[in-house]
Amino acid sequence: MSQASTELIRISGHPGTVPGAGLNREFQVCKLVDTTTCIGCKACEVACLEWNGYTFSETTFDNSYQTMPETAWNYWNLIKFNEHERADGSMMLLMRKDQCMHCEDPGCLAACPADAAIVQYANGIVDFQQANCIGCGYCMTGCPFNIPKFSPEARKVFKCTLCNDRVSVGLEPACIKACPTGCLHFGTKKEMKEMAQTRADQLRDVSGFADAGVYDPPGVSGTHVIYVLHDAKNPELYGGLPKDPHIPYSVRLWKGPLKWLGNLAMVGGLLGLAWHYMRFGPKKEEPIQPDNGNGRRP
Amino acid sequence: MTSDAVPRASAANHNEELIPRYTFGERANHWIGALSYTFALLTGLAFWSPYLYWLAAIVGGGPTARFLHPWFGLIFTVSLFWTFKEWRRDMEVDDGDRAWAKAMPYYIQNEDDKLPPVGRFNFGQKLFFWGIFCGVILLLLTGVALWYTEALPWSWRFVRYAAILIHASAALITIGLFLIHVYMSVFLEEGSFGSMVTGYVTRAWAWTFHRTWYEEIKGGSRSKQ
Repeated sequence: MSQASTELIRISGHPGTVPGAGLNREFQVCKLVDTTTCIGCKACEVACLEWNGYTFSETTFDNSYQTMPETAWNYWNLIKFNEHERADGSMMLLMRKDQCMHCEDPGCLAACPADAAIVQYANGIVDFQQANCIGCGYCMTGCPFNIPKFSPEARKVFKCTLCNDRVSVGLEPACIKACPTGCLHFGTKKEMKEMAQTRADQLRDVSGFADAGVYDPPGVSGTHVIYVLHDAKNPELYGGLPKDPHIPYSVRLWKGPLKWLGNLAMVGGLLGLAWHYMRFGPKKEEPIQPDNGNGRRP
Repeated sequence: MTSDAVPRASAANHNEELIPRYTFGERANHWIGALSYTFALLTGLAFWSPYLYWLAAIVGGGPTARFLHPWFGLIFTVSLFWTFKEWRRDMEVDDGDRAWAKAMPYYIQNEDDKLPPVGRFNFGQKLFFWGIFCGVILLLLTGVALWYTEALPWSWRFVRYAAILIHASAALITIGLFLIHVYMSVFLEEGSFGSMVTGYVTRAWAWTFHRTWYEEIKGGSRSKQ
């Protein structure tokens, strides 16, 4: 797998083809988060900070376990807590590890105008290359999961790398390494999908969660981080996980039809003006003629 | 044959006589606007298409282009608002413009003698001005949302979605107007470009293209306000 995360399949803001794409058979990697066995211990948050060299951010208190409202440019991994009251009146503490979903069809990359500021590796990891980032924030508009975050100091955008630096040398991501309950798993997409499905079946058939299921949203062609949820019909309950995430329609319209229409209009306009000059030539001033009373020439 | 039909003896010199059309302030403002628009246009095109991203290099690279684009947009906005203050009266669309609009095909085919006489600015120029004005209002509003996009909370993301679409669409409209403006003033209408540099036009130019304005100012008094 060591070569897997050095082979690119998509490059943001890049004219022409992707160099070297499709040369090797690659594993598609995947992180599986089983929210039903997560205890909200935040070991994954600590491991993420440790490995990526960030310090703790200031926490806030809002009468819940939630330590900060959302991920930050230097805090890529955050457990979202929700005290959920079920239909029978009983309480469930829903906990979901929030981080970049590493979409198969990444909205951040589609929106990015900077050549190679965002790349997608053949193993499925979507990674930001801060050296090429221009800090425009379009990725924040393209992402359906509210993941890329702008650093005012660096004037660049940051997010979870799925520990690309670890994965590329055959290690599992830091968060996986730290999880004490085994609710985090890492492997190929196929294996993780099977494991998730097995767990969801178990929750449905044995544990009485009739709506248990796997979250691997088709709107972004699937993700390289998948969840097992007790209630897959209401993913919003898990700290606002979107039900049907997709690249925003306005981003699609902007990068698709509007771009072609605009390019056509600009090139057509230039050609039209050149044609006008050749057909009609310059407007020249005329010598002043006496007025015949109606303001026009006699 | 009446005496009126015979050009006066001094007519040749009279035609070439220079009369003021743009003040120094108007010209300085125009070129500040022109340069800031061009800067915003080139950097904007760099963000528009990967095939034009190299344009960012000529202003110092992607991050620099991203940093300067909004500032030059602001300079252009200020320049345009000053133009609005100065030219608002001249740019008012009146009944004469409606007749001129009907006769626009003659204008496009360079048969200017078939057009009704026009004042300081013709209907085309007024359309250009108001088009740019409306476009820049949209660019300004959406531009602020894109400038500080990280300040928008996630629940306000629809503002981002609208802003990227409207900013690009409004920019395309101003680009169309800009191309026509540059083509007409630099290539098509001889004497126009010089008038925005020196401030002067010949009497013949004023008579040919802006006859009502010429009649107003030929006595020496400009009835601008």
